[in-house]
Amino acid sequence: MSKLKEFFFTSFISMVIFGFSAWMVQAQPKPPIKIGSTLALTGPLSATGIVHKIVGEIAIEEINRKGGLLGRKIEWVLKDDQSKADVARTLYEQLITSDKVDLLMGPYATGAILSAMGVAQRYDKILIHHTFGIPNQAKYDKQFSTWSLGPHPDKTVPVTVFDALATVQNPPKTIAIVTSKFPSIYFMSVGAREVAKAKNLKEVLYLEWDFGNKDFGTIAARVKDAKPDMVWIGDIGTEGIQLLEAMRKIDYSPRIHTHIYPTPGLMAQSPEADGAIAISLFQEHPPFTANFGAADFVRIYHEKAQAAGLPYPLVDVQAATSYSAWQVLEAAVKATKSFDDATLAKWLKTNKVDTVSGKLRWDGEFNYGDDLMKIAQVQNRRWVMVYPKNLAAPGVKLQVK
Amino acid sequence: MPSLNLLIQSAVSGILLGGLYGLIGLGLGLSWGFLGQINLAHFAFVFLSAYLCFEITNKTGLDPLVCFLILPPIFFLVGVGLHWLTRRFSISPLNSLLLTFGLTVIVEAVIQLIWTADFQKLQTVYGDKKVAIGGIYFPFVESLGFVIAFIVAWLIHIVMRHTDLGKAVRAIAQDPQMAAAYGIPQKKISLGMAGLCTALAGISGICIALIYSLNPSQMYSWIGVIFAVVMLGGLGNPFGPLIAGIVIGLSEAVAMVFVNPSWAPIVSFSLLIGLLLFRPGKL
Repeated sequence: MSKLKEFFFTSFISMVIFGFSAWMVQAQPKPPIKIGSTLALTGPLSATGIVHKIVGEIAIEEINRKGGLLGRKIEWVLKDDQSKADVARTLYEQLITSDKVDLLMGPYATGAILSAMGVAQRYDKILIHHTFGIPNQAKYDKQFSTWSLGPHPDKTVPVTVFDALATVQNPPKTIAIVTSKFPSIYFMSVGAREVAKAKNLKEVLYLEWDFGNKDFGTIAARVKDAKPDMVWIGDIGTEGIQLLEAMRKIDYSPRIHTHIYPTPGLMAQSPEADGAIAISLFQEHPPFTANFGAADFVRIYHEKAQAAGLPYPLVDVQAATSYSAWQVLEAAVKATKSFDDATLAKWLKTNKVDTVSGKLRWDGEFNYGDDLMKIAQVQNRRWVMVYPKNLAAPGVKLQVK
Repeated sequence: MPSLNLLIQSAVSGILLGGLYGLIGLGLGLSWGFLGQINLAHFAFVFLSAYLCFEITNKTGLDPLVCFLILPPIFFLVGVGLHWLTRRFSISPLNSLLLTFGLTVIVEAVIQLIWTADFQKLQTVYGDKKVAIGGIYFPFVESLGFVIAFIVAWLIHIVMRHTDLGKAVRAIAQDPQMAAAYGIPQKKISLGMAGLCTALAGISGICIALIYSLNPSQMYSWIGVIFAVVMLGGLGNPFGPLIAGIVIGLSEAVAMVFVNPSWAPIVSFSLLIGLLLFRPGKL
């Protein structure tokens, strides 16, 4: 073989080997992107924590089915914070320093999110979260909530509630405000006192109880004794249902009762809770089911929630805001083509994102945008949106006794 | 000033809740007093029984009161088995605290696995039943819990005070070696006592299922007040926890009439601190 032939042959073989190697490298799957979070999988908040777990699994399955984030599959590093804010703080520290996650997703609920926010701030990580109820405590500029209740929900949410009730035939003139001392609930109830006063609603009773209270009999008797037109029940979990049951046992049923964050399934299924009013971002009917990604999400959530044995397998505000958080993360990564925390945060500050909860923005005070909270009511053992009227379920309106 | 009706209704509510405190505290107090075992798993068994009652009633359509016949014998056997294990491995009273706490966590996880962490509510025909006397309402299920607590405490009191078995139990509690020397079958009796305490947890659980919504982690919210009940009532005294439960329930409920309900728990723990200060040797 001549020198020239040998040179061409060697070059050809080298090119083939190089091309094959390049193809091999290209064909190698990219390493997964690790997203870390904690949820209240045990403890008093676990009933709602399980909803966020199911939603997270659905969101990740969907994103990975579409090829992942920038071609990298999501690996969710999920830990149980036992419904304790201090445990959440430790676990977020672990997620960053030991598990070396690339991105963070928020825990449930306000207390744990506040803890996670402190850790995220220390490591300059972006924190997208779904259920933070006290916006004025969110001082970190790289935190973004999908619990879109505006920067001052203690004012705006009670206004929405009282405005809705002003539209009924015989609006309430007196109010009893009874509330749990659970942080975000208490914050909202204290705001409701001021708004009620401004709206000329006479406060005939104000009571507080500790989270975990067992004796609602006396509270029920005091509400009955005060004879209010409406009861503002600052509740979380089953507190509201326990109070309504205690009222029923002394033959009393309030004409109007509003709730803050009740357990949706149990409230919907309790006979004494028919007519219960609560704030909500999403219910499973038009126009909400036309929101971005809502139809598919609702369908998949039904399957997964039923398989998990949840008694109320319908999408409500918790599931919707949880899914929205994953949609926001996906949108920010896709738009910026980056996993860099600062880049993602900068983009979210200046852009709106379409989610199942509606169009969200974070360019306002405390990185909050619009107060998208509406009024939902239990009617025929199901939550339906009733206010504002243009967003109410077809053929449905706010009902009071 | 609160109305008389409100005051009496609140007192009734507190007394009935106090009965339930007493019923739960009874099993824990007997176990602590007679077996020297601080059985934290008592709370786990209470809630396991509540969930089983929920399941049996929902799946079979049986009246939930039938569970009073089914569940206590099962829990009796569970208690016997657990006590046999602690004896078999010579677990000290302090270690029994750790062991039973671990067991509580496991039972909570199992409950969560089977019935999910979501709240469950047993809907029964009894939920709506109540008796009104002069404008004061007596809810059926709470009243039933109170009556059961009283009957159980009375029966145990009779057995403890007026039977040879009761005397043997008390002898074992005072001096196990001496009791054994007199031919008292210490092992069998302590196994039976452990079974009884766990059966009481089973009975309490059915009452919880009839009255409250269920959530696995709720078991922890009962620990503080029940310990206060047991310590106020005295260890090993059948009527002690019932009376202490009524005192705490009543004082909490009446306090709620005059001050914010969030202040009510302070009452039970103030009573406990007062007792520790003024009757330290009696506990």
